[in-house]
Amino acid sequence: MIETKNLEFSYNHGKENEFRVLKGLNFSVKKGSFTVILGHNGSGKSTLAKHFNAILLPCGGSCFVEGLDTKDPSLLWEIRKRVGMVFQNPDNQIVATVVEEDVAFGPENLGVKSEEIRKRVDNALKAVGMYEYRKSAPHHLSGGQKQRVAIAGIIAMEPEYIVLDEPTAMLDPVGRKEVIKTITNLNKTMGITIVLITHYMDEAVGADRVVVMDGGEIIMDGTPREVFRQVKALKDTGLDVPQVTELCYILRQNGVDIRDDVLTVDECREEIIKIYNKHSAKGQKYD
Amino acid sequence: MIKITNLNYVYSAGGPFEKAALVDINLNIEKGRFVGIIGHTGSGKSTLVQVICGLLKPTSGQVLIDGKNIYEDKNKKELRYKVGLVFQYPEHQLFEETVYKDIAFGPKNMNLDEEEIKRRVLYAAKVVGLKERHLEKSPFDLSGGQKRRAAIAGVIAMKPEILLLDEPTAGLDPKGRDEILREIKELHKKENLTVILISHSMEDIAKLADTVIVMNKGKVHMMGSPKEIFAKANELRQIGLNAPSISELCQKLRDDGMPLPPNIITVQDAAEEILKLLGKL
Ligand SMILES: Nc1ncnc2c1ncn2[C@@H]1O[C@H](COP(=O)(O)OP(=O)(O)OP(=O)(O)O)[C@@H](O)[C@H]1O
Ligand SMILES: Nc1ncnc2c1ncn2[C@@H]1O[C@H](COP(=O)(O)OP(=O)(O)OP(=O)(O)O)[C@@H](O)[C@H]1O
Ligand SMILES: [Mg+2]
Ligand SMILES: [Mg+2]
Repeated sequence: MIETKNLEFSYNHGKENEFRVLKGLNFSVKKGSFTVILGHNGSGKSTLAKHFNAILLPCGGSCFVEGLDTKDPSLLWEIRKRVGMVFQNPDNQIVATVVEEDVAFGPENLGVKSEEIRKRVDNALKAVGMYEYRKSAPHHLSGGQKQRVAIAGIIAMEPEYIVLDEPTAMLDPVGRKEVIKTITNLNKTMGITIVLITHYMDEAVGADRVVVMDGGEIIMDGTPREVFRQVKALKDTGLDVPQVTELCYILRQNGVDIRDDVLTVDECREEIIKIYNKHSAKGQKYD
Repeated sequence: MIKITNLNYVYSAGGPFEKAALVDINLNIEKGRFVGIIGHTGSGKSTLVQVICGLLKPTSGQVLIDGKNIYEDKNKKELRYKVGLVFQYPEHQLFEETVYKDIAFGPKNMNLDEEEIKRRVLYAAKVVGLKERHLEKSPFDLSGGQKRRAAIAGVIAMKPEILLLDEPTAGLDPKGRDEILREIKELHKKENLTVILISHSMEDIAKLADTVIVMNKGKVHMMGSPKEIFAKANELRQIGLNAPSISELCQKLRDDGMPLPPNIITVQDAAEEILKLLGKL
């Protein structure tokens, strides 16, 4: 479990330009779960996530990873081994001049044996669909390709938790789906705990839990269905809902009696067809 | 108008990492268009807009803007401020002490007076939704999405005639994304601005563009109206793309026998058509 207790954080702490972001946040991520964090720009998502592997340290309160206090410098290594991070921007994460060396970098640092590294690197690159590019130079890759290499680098470290800060922002639709499938797979088959920060509402649909942040605080927390049915509240905080959820919302507002917690295309299709068939049958009766 | 003929671009030509990023591109983009470019990662989108704005010199072929070759020295000065590019990852270009100075950087280079520079900075900040309190911050103290806004503002402040946007909304929250795109659409209408928008969001392209260019492996795979393009969902999927999920839904509803018109690509249109069929409109 990752757990924050009364977590406070300010940038430029103690200076005149101090900027308070987290004001006593209590939050926890259960082992094995898939949590998505949503929130408008500047709501504090990255700030919170950076506490999970001790990139940022609390100014007040605490953050624990499996009971390990991130404030204790002697535990840093243990914490980073357990929690891998994929950032918004792949360029800052790529270190080597050849893709496969870049992916090997993490496990090498962990002291993994070289045959094992080979295996992990190949598997990780295949998992993100970049195996063909293993000998390429990362800086010659396109934005989306680099992002996938960065994710492979973390996968190769086989951490217990992976925190992904907008990993798909630069991917094409198919690439995005592949990455989400990859992440879901890591969660379902290997039991890796996932925390995913995203601005794509569709990516939250398959999560166990959706958390919405605003002003450094958590303002909604529930299953995707529970959260996305609150269309108006989400829009008020600068977010959106999946297209089909929005469609059902508009239909409801115009007097159609349709469920308010529809999340996928197929669910939506089923609901609408049911209503349409009922409507046509009624029409025929009175004709 | 932008006229591209037999354009090829090869990275590291002759070297071990040689890569043909653009292959035989022929395009005409009329003034005042709102063009969306979609394509899988690595399909050449960024390369194409960098060629159009004069940053990468074509390996072969020609790019004419209003009839002038952008790679001839005598035209460089004139064309320099005509075309504005917001880079992919534009936040890398932020380097000034404050956000204000960063946005002012372009206009300053254009030798505008302080008054005009200030007017433009405030105007551009407003377009992208940055507040005055952000302007005195260091760009490095902004969140990811705020940095993105600052970088877009820097180009808008130069008031180009052709605005090239390379994934400008990746990393923006949905409201910010809608706001900025709405403002850009307004600029496009009001100033007859030509906009070329690269995006991985099929939803945004469906909502905004009047013309869509589909890139695949360095080539123009197809070009057409959003309705034409997004009707080809299967073909799109094969080249790394898709249609907006609302078009997918409407197609499935048609398959189920609901007499919806073909080629619905926005939620608004879908809602309207479905409400009609349910007798609610
Ligand atoms: N290094 C920094 N110094 C000062 N303030 C910062 C710094 N980094 C972020 N902030 C501020 O802290 C707040 C929270 O930022 P954070 O990066 O956590 O937001 P976010 O929710 O991840 O946003 P985004 O969706 O844009 O990535 C923002 O108001 C931002 O301006
Ligand atoms: N500096 C470079 N040197 C060599 N090859 C490059 C360079 N920059 C890009 N490439 C290659 O050229 C091709 C086109 O790249 P480009 O960046 O134009 O793609 P893109 O369509 O913008 O992709 P994305 O959606 O990921 O941003 C890719 O295969 C990429 O790997
Ligand atoms: Mg962030
Ligand atoms: Mg690109």
